[in-house]
Amino acid sequence: MNEKQEKLIDKKGIRLDGRKADELRPVKLQVGVLGNADGSAYIEHGKNKILAAAFGPREVHPKHLMQADRMVLKVRYHMAPFSVQERKSPAPSRREVELSKVIKESLEPALFLELYPRTGVDVFIEVLQADGGTRCAAITAAALAIADAGVPMRDLVVGCAAGKVDDTVVLDLYDAEDKLGAADVPVAYMPSLNAITLLQMDGILDPEEFEKAVNMAMEGCKKIYDMQKEALKTKYMVVKEVEE
Amino acid sequence: MSSLVTKVRLKQIEQLIEKGKRLDDRGLLDTREIKIEQGVIEKAEGSARVFLGKTQVLVGVKVETGEPFPDTPNEGVLTVNAELVPVASPNFEPGPPDENSIELARVVDRGIRESKCIDNEKLCIEPGKKVFVVFVDVYVLNHDGNLIDAAALAAMAALMNTKMPNFEIKDGELKIKQGYTPLPVKGHPITVTTGKISGHLISDPTAEEEQVMDSRITFATKEDGKICAIQKGGSGYFSPQQILEASKIALDKAVELRKKLDW
Repeated sequence: MNEKQEKLIDKKGIRLDGRKADELRPVKLQVGVLGNADGSAYIEHGKNKILAAAFGPREVHPKHLMQADRMVLKVRYHMAPFSVQERKSPAPSRREVELSKVIKESLEPALFLELYPRTGVDVFIEVLQADGGTRCAAITAAALAIADAGVPMRDLVVGCAAGKVDDTVVLDLYDAEDKLGAADVPVAYMPSLNAITLLQMDGILDPEEFEKAVNMAMEGCKKIYDMQKEALKTKYMVVKEVEE
Repeated sequence: MSSLVTKVRLKQIEQLIEKGKRLDDRGLLDTREIKIEQGVIEKAEGSARVFLGKTQVLVGVKVETGEPFPDTPNEGVLTVNAELVPVASPNFEPGPPDENSIELARVVDRGIRESKCIDNEKLCIEPGKKVFVVFVDVYVLNHDGNLIDAAALAAMAALMNTKMPNFEIKDGELKIKQGYTPLPVKGHPITVTTGKISGHLISDPTAEEEQVMDSRITFATKEDGKICAIQKGGSGYFSPQQILEASKIALDKAVELRKKLDW
């Protein structure tokens, strides 16, 4: 734990990877990257590289999960064995089971579940490389994949984390900051509806710092939201031109 | 799920809450009666049973020796597991932990771990080789809602009641000696969940209320008023204002409960 003594932010307020406190990592989004999925998206968020694929609305499997009055959203968040420093067993860990659940619950508010009874939408998330903040980046990509599948949505869902490193509240922690920092607050947000759909925290924050972190994360979400819309336009504008 | 409680009853819960009332006559932010019994399982190193209204959770703690994690060679290991056993609800089935029990265990774990309420270094026997492993097993005995708060409370009460075997190292060999020392518990995180039904925040939801609940948000807080873990659950959302409101409710409730329990 002696690494903990090392400063993660220098005197000028610059973080180890060269960013300012409220600066995002570079984000690259691409929609429609897979042939067989009904919708798909790829995100590079810093060194995170994540694929999301959406299938549906389609029949629910296994059948007993089908709901007579609504659509069932299923989400699997999965990390590739090579996505982290030490090989991760491909079997789903407890962490992945929990993240699958909270990601599902972060996407559900965006969908009109009650309008599609007896159907299911399946979202599969594969983390190809992880560098802190994968659940948030996964949500950003998953929302795009669902939109790309043509499933009507109330809004896109964007994920972004804030946290506390040394004594500063910072945006979008990467792996080292996540591990050595004081707290991590992942947030998922629907900007047009001003609705928070995922909120978790580990670490220690006082209430003021917590409020600041949530606000900072929402600002980060808004920036990524613009990129999400741009990514959708990039795919569908091209199609339009071809049709004409 | 909704086959158990008729749609009419669920509608009634919603309508009452819109008027600021609840089926059991509680106010929206009232918590049910809490009762804690410690040391209920003699063969466990620590145990506690918590009654939260009709919700009943038993936690047993077993202390064994094992290897530390490579990145924390001087620290003991804490693991939390939760079982939603079939005695607790007609909706629970036997089998390996599902996403609900895994989430429950991980949220309880997070509150304890992040608050650093256990002096992990005191659980080290031989750095890098042997440490105490503390198994916290959450057993839900009767499910009437708000399992997270009941389980977190029971886990904390059980840890406070936990004894570690005395030991000495002789010629590199671990020898268990007579007697016990208490587990080094330094703090008492308190976990408070707030639910949202038809746009209203409510405390300590019952199982029926959980069926109409859009979403919930859980805050674990420490003695000094700092937050140490958060988890949002359920398929709804919160506005940023509601999140802040829920955090204030959780902090106030924790102060109240600490006073009551003398934690």
